[in-house]
Amino acid sequence: MNDLFSLTLVTGLLNTMMVLATPFLFAALGETFSQNSGVVNLGVDGIMLLSAFFAFYAVLITGSLILGILAAVITGVVMGLMMSVVSITLKAEQGVSGIGLQMFGLGMSSLLFKVLVGTVKTVSGFPTLSIPLLSRIPILGPILFQHSILVYIAFLLVPLSWWILERSTWGLVIKAVGQNPAAADSRGINVDRVRYLCVILGAVLAGLAGASLSISSLNLFQDNLTSGQGFIAVALVYFGGWSPVGVMWGALLFSMANSFQLWMQVLGVPVPASLANMLPYILTVVALTLSGSRRKTPAALNKPFIRGEA
Amino acid sequence: MAEKKNTEGLEIGIRVLVPVAGVVAGLIIGALFLIILHARPLEAYGALLRGAVGSRFGITQTLVKATPLLLVGLGISIAFRASCINIGGEGQMIMGALSATWLALALSGLPHFILIPAVLLGSMVAGGFWGFIPGILKAKFHVNEILSTIMLNSIALQLMNFLLQGPLMDPKGIEAGTYLAQSARLSKNAWLTRLMPPTLLHSGLIIALVMAVIVYVLLWRTTIGYRIRAVGLNPAASSYSGINVPVNQAMALTLAGALAGMAGAVEVLGVQHRLLEGLTSGYGFTGIVAALLGWLHPLGLIPASIFFGGLLVGADTMQRAVQVPSALIGAILGLIVLFVSASGIWTQQLIRRIRSRREQL
Amino acid sequence: MKRLGIMFIALLFCAMTATVWAGGSSEASGTTKAAEPFRIAVIMPSATTDTAFSQSMWSALKTVQADMGGESAVELVYTENMFKVPDAAAAIRDYATQGYNLIVAHGSQYGSSVEEIAPDFPDTAFAWGTDVNTFGLDNVYAYTAAAEQGGYVNGVIAGMMTKSGIIGVTGPIDVGDAHTYISGFSQGVALTNPKATVSKTWTGSFSDVALMAAAAQTHISAGADILTGSSQSVVGSIGAAEKAGAVYWFGTQADQTSLSPKLVVASQVYDWVAMLKEIIAATETGVYGGKTYILTLANGGLKIGFNPDFALPADVKAKADEVIKGITSGSITVAP
Repeated sequence: MNDLFSLTLVTGLLNTMMVLATPFLFAALGETFSQNSGVVNLGVDGIMLLSAFFAFYAVLITGSLILGILAAVITGVVMGLMMSVVSITLKAEQGVSGIGLQMFGLGMSSLLFKVLVGTVKTVSGFPTLSIPLLSRIPILGPILFQHSILVYIAFLLVPLSWWILERSTWGLVIKAVGQNPAAADSRGINVDRVRYLCVILGAVLAGLAGASLSISSLNLFQDNLTSGQGFIAVALVYFGGWSPVGVMWGALLFSMANSFQLWMQVLGVPVPASLANMLPYILTVVALTLSGSRRKTPAALNKPFIRGEA
Repeated sequence: MAEKKNTEGLEIGIRVLVPVAGVVAGLIIGALFLIILHARPLEAYGALLRGAVGSRFGITQTLVKATPLLLVGLGISIAFRASCINIGGEGQMIMGALSATWLALALSGLPHFILIPAVLLGSMVAGGFWGFIPGILKAKFHVNEILSTIMLNSIALQLMNFLLQGPLMDPKGIEAGTYLAQSARLSKNAWLTRLMPPTLLHSGLIIALVMAVIVYVLLWRTTIGYRIRAVGLNPAASSYSGINVPVNQAMALTLAGALAGMAGAVEVLGVQHRLLEGLTSGYGFTGIVAALLGWLHPLGLIPASIFFGGLLVGADTMQRAVQVPSALIGAILGLIVLFVSASGIWTQQLIRRIRSRREQL
Repeated sequence: MKRLGIMFIALLFCAMTATVWAGGSSEASGTTKAAEPFRIAVIMPSATTDTAFSQSMWSALKTVQADMGGESAVELVYTENMFKVPDAAAAIRDYATQGYNLIVAHGSQYGSSVEEIAPDFPDTAFAWGTDVNTFGLDNVYAYTAAAEQGGYVNGVIAGMMTKSGIIGVTGPIDVGDAHTYISGFSQGVALTNPKATVSKTWTGSFSDVALMAAAAQTHISAGADILTGSSQSVVGSIGAAEKAGAVYWFGTQADQTSLSPKLVVASQVYDWVAMLKEIIAATETGVYGGKTYILTLANGGLKIGFNPDFALPADVKAKADEVIKGITSGSITVAP
């Protein structure tokens, strides 16, 4: 009995972890591209919210999940362009423009929800896609291979992003722009264009993060659906030291801690709920403090590039 | 000489007018949304103006709103000057409010003029501690302050939840069976003085203005301030000239926390008179906007926070006057922040042009 | 690139305006001014669409408006998302200055503002909740809901229906009517199924739907076959129950049947309509306050909304009706 129960616990714990980690993973991987090119986008949460709404709305109206994803991607592109124009072309203070973008996304998504939908409705989102054979592996199967397709995509993006950033020439270009834009510029790289592409790619991934909430794991929209997950995603980029694999560990650690604190409460561990709720946040800070792994900050992070200066 | 003075006046004019143009641009796009929602933009913006400055209540309300913005913004400016991005205003405010509530309840027997300074000091220590943590983590362990301040915001929020569910919960709420998430009401001697009853304007505004002057003196007239600014301007050079960069950054974050903590206390003592769920919602972020709008300068922050406070108050009045969903206000404010931050480039270009002309003369 | 960007943004706005237009035009608000309508203003901490606390009041006010003869008889204005006290205070004073007859301050955090402002407007009625304190002012009504009563009824049913003997509760923070509802629920379960365990999770957030869904999922993994909870983020829990299939749901605050017609057994519904009508009637006779309303099963302010499509076993329904009768008559008392 006890063994059986601990087995359910482990499976449940890790399965929930995977689900919770998915939006963080999408958004944080996106922000990794953006920051490696030198742009801090604090507006991730706003992008997630607006994309989550449009994805939800598209599915509600058309019933087509593909159109839902498309809506999220388009919203991501547009919001990414807004951020790019303001912080790359117009060289605004990135922290502030990101906050503006977040406020806009939060307000706009709630407004559209109120005007177009009015009350909470559910849609049928992405179903659970059990991978044949693999999902039948004991223990590992239910943990890893019984999820909706967006969960698999989020985790497959990790090696892909790693390859792009660490192994491909694109990665070299992105990092050159983030480390030393003047040198990159003198080698003929169009700094602004690289940053535009990275910020937009980041915003598209943030859009998918929103869609993974509204049409995959929750299948509904509500005011402030993300409740600050976008900010956590930005923090996870620092946790992961600007590397996709590190970001993945951060997302997994944070989600695991959340999943764990819920289990603690369910099992009646005598710890006040609010203190259990703190666990993921404390653990993330402590883990980073103790790990001692420090990667170099992209030197030009948060600095607009002006030719002939610096 | 006279010529120089002239151009300096012009510079300030540009620094004020260009961001205001950004605000207007945001409002124009907002007008589009208003039209779509069947509201008349002129009526709406008339209400905005009237709400912010059109009456005694409007003006005092604007100042009440500006008070926490100014305090939080001052802290954020200090941190920014040391090139630290402090997103932890929310959490630091909560810590200040928590300790203020606790102290004011525990020391309620003390006379007003001893109690208030003691409570404010306590809240600065609590907020400062919440700024010291990211400071020391950055200095000693290279933990990025954006990460730690975001996490500390959530930790402070949960701490407040914890205290409001138990130790600080109003005993009257338990007795009445309502179990509301609020503390007991503070005794009257812990309230900040109302300056113009029945308006909400309270002496917290004076405290905030005094703090602005103190921060100005600190940054521009003391060695501590000089070091903080030097670290922000050029860390490599300051390190070379013997300034300990991490220690000064930690110091800046601690000061930022102390000021935000004070903002939390001022909200509790001046407005709410008790601790409530949802105390800070957003000041930590709008404070960043106000700080940048005030060019990270303590004295520039005074008009900037009043302006931004007025915008927030007026926007609420507008919502009531034309009955549009509140979310629209958030969307328009977001656009305004985007436009104002984008307008910085024109401010710089214009000022550069003026300066080069001045040098030619 | 730059020009492309600006063009794209222009396109975004066109797209957005088009979508808002599509929806906005449908809720055109034609205010026809007849002779002196009764004017009500309401201030709420969350949005009118929160499927919980604010929405329960907003839809009640809409019902009152419709019952009393529509927009010509009752003018209804609102201010939502007012979680900050000074903002709400400004709103309350502003509406009072504009001469509204009844101002509903629908949040327990608004108490001290009402206490301060109400004496300045003796001809305006103020109603505020959820709390019981009228501050001794004769133009202030207070209201609250005895959420433990409906919680008890839900608990009685849940105790009889659980097969696994494990019941999961999800909520934001253990305060207010979340606390009293769940307290009543646990007592109800203990009556019909003393062996059942009621395990609770609190997420610490009123808006984090994802975490709430994960909490519900955790209960289900731990063997729970019945879930309940409070606040607007429980829609996440209902979603998780829906995914799991054979897990039943009990709602509170508003009728949540529509969110999952297969799984919702019953909801405790706050019905402010009767109270509001009584207040309005009293106002018209010159009584502006001084009374505290507590919604209970006895006075009809609380209702148990059974899902008509759910086949509730006859003995369970009988027991539920018996308990409702008992609470109504006062033979059963439930501690908050």
